[in-house]
Amino acid sequence: MSLSVQNLTVGYRDRTVINGLSLAPIAAGQVVSLVGPNGAGKSTLLRAIAGLTPARGDVRLGDLNLGAMSISERARHVAYMPQTLPQDVALTVLETVIAALEASPVAGSHAHSADQAMQALVKVGAAELASRRLDRLSGGQRQIAGLAQAMVRRPKVLLLDEPTSALDLRHQLDVLTLARTYARENDAVVIMVLHDLQSAARASDHIVVLSDGAVKIEGAPQQAITPEVLADVWQVQARVENCGRGLIQVMVDAVL
Amino acid sequence: MVLLALAVGCVAALALDVMVGPSSMSPWRILEGLVRPSVLSPSETAIIWQIRLPYALMAIMVGAALSLAGAEMQTVLNNPLASPFTLGVSAAAAFGASLSIVLGLGLPFVSNDTLTTINAFVFAFGSVLALQALARAQRGGVQSIVLFGIALVFAFNALTALVQYVSSQEALQQLVFWTMGSLSRSTWRSVAFMAVVIILTTPFSVLAARALTALRLGEDRAMSFGVNVGRLRFLSLLRVSLLSATAVAFVGVVGFVGLVAPHIARLLVGEDHRVFLPASILSGALLMSLASAASKTLVPGALLPVGIVTAVIGVPVFLLLIFRNGAKG
Repeated sequence: MSLSVQNLTVGYRDRTVINGLSLAPIAAGQVVSLVGPNGAGKSTLLRAIAGLTPARGDVRLGDLNLGAMSISERARHVAYMPQTLPQDVALTVLETVIAALEASPVAGSHAHSADQAMQALVKVGAAELASRRLDRLSGGQRQIAGLAQAMVRRPKVLLLDEPTSALDLRHQLDVLTLARTYARENDAVVIMVLHDLQSAARASDHIVVLSDGAVKIEGAPQQAITPEVLADVWQVQARVENCGRGLIQVMVDAVL
Repeated sequence: MVLLALAVGCVAALALDVMVGPSSMSPWRILEGLVRPSVLSPSETAIIWQIRLPYALMAIMVGAALSLAGAEMQTVLNNPLASPFTLGVSAAAAFGASLSIVLGLGLPFVSNDTLTTINAFVFAFGSVLALQALARAQRGGVQSIVLFGIALVFAFNALTALVQYVSSQEALQQLVFWTMGSLSRSTWRSVAFMAVVIILTTPFSVLAARALTALRLGEDRAMSFGVNVGRLRFLSLLRVSLLSATAVAFVGVVGFVGLVAPHIARLLVGEDHRVFLPASILSGALLMSLASAASKTLVPGALLPVGIVTAVIGVPVFLLLIFRNGAKG
């Protein structure tokens, strides 16, 4: 099942952030990164796809019209991890993952939710955090717990807003690998907002460059991340080197 | 396990509350009177069955209602300082009561006492509906709801002060007693009424427990897990308004229980609402029951307004728990 976003318009009370945006269809199993400068509308687009911000337009997963679904119906197909981390929550990590699973009906009964929650924690490599209290964890640990909360519902569309912002180098790589594995194993679409272009290129099959609420360019990492795009969108003079195995290196020489 | 201990504590506190009082009846005599009412003298029967029991049961139920309301408020408004007391419900009730006490506004065929209760209820319920309306108008602006609640406290306190300023000496005394919170007007009828409200609302709270737990992780996350946060908040505040308005209408302003009991519960069992809500109910009932017993024994021969005692007991318990928690973390 592919995800299609057509003619999407999103605005807040007095201003339109995204106007008539369409994306190339995203096939199941693909990882897509949304990149762009601050205020380009990346998070707004992600929230609109998640159904958290009211939007006009068409968001479809295969034959399913996600935009027309109720909150609980949509939650069976789509999960969203916000950028912000929960504060002062007197719950253990395992309890939060169980809460994510049981907050609304999903396929399967509640009888096995503790097992399912534990499996999700093992998947993200956080099994040892299960009985730790969320409010006693570091920012990075809370972010990884959040990933388990989003993945435990086994959504076909997984939306992650800056999933690596609080993580050290190694954990960033782990989370990006997890996102890829999740997409492949579950035939799911993963869309992430990322700031680091090299991480985005490494982790994604497809990159969408946003600027002022519109798609500047989208395509394979090598097509989307070019010196011209960097100059146009980020106003920096930069070189992009191909380093084999599909990886790229972005070197910034000057600000324009 | 913790819930069981709290429940046992509640029963013990209830028993203690029935045992103590200004008339010096021995515990054995009271126990005997409860099992075989015929052995008591008419005045003893009246003391036990018409004063002590409704008084003690009302303490348990008001504590339960206020702390359930406080627990739900703290979660749906995402603020640890939210409670019926801190967000103006009690202040609104006090203003409603003061209007009928001082101005003697009356309805035909309704006794003044009943009218005071009705008036308090109407104002308390109205204040939560106002909070509710604001919550719906402002999509997600939870912080502004809390500030609005605080504004309500100041507004109603000022209005009550104004009414006090123009009131007679006698009315003033009655009003001051009311604003300090007192169980002494409890009757079997008010106990039954309170019980019905609790029995009607609690099942819905329990049904919402899973969604409330998810909401602790933030509005966006909860929505992404399939929780209709707007509806959850609306229905929860509706329960809160019923519970807290009924409680303050019968006993006046009782501060601290609705604020402290949920914190005690949180420190004891965490925030999985399937356990947290019952633990809050039991902690509130226990706290209020102990406060009620203490209000009869702290000053021999005198009955302190229970609202004063809840603050005197509540504050140190609260501080102790905060410091212990800080030391652990």
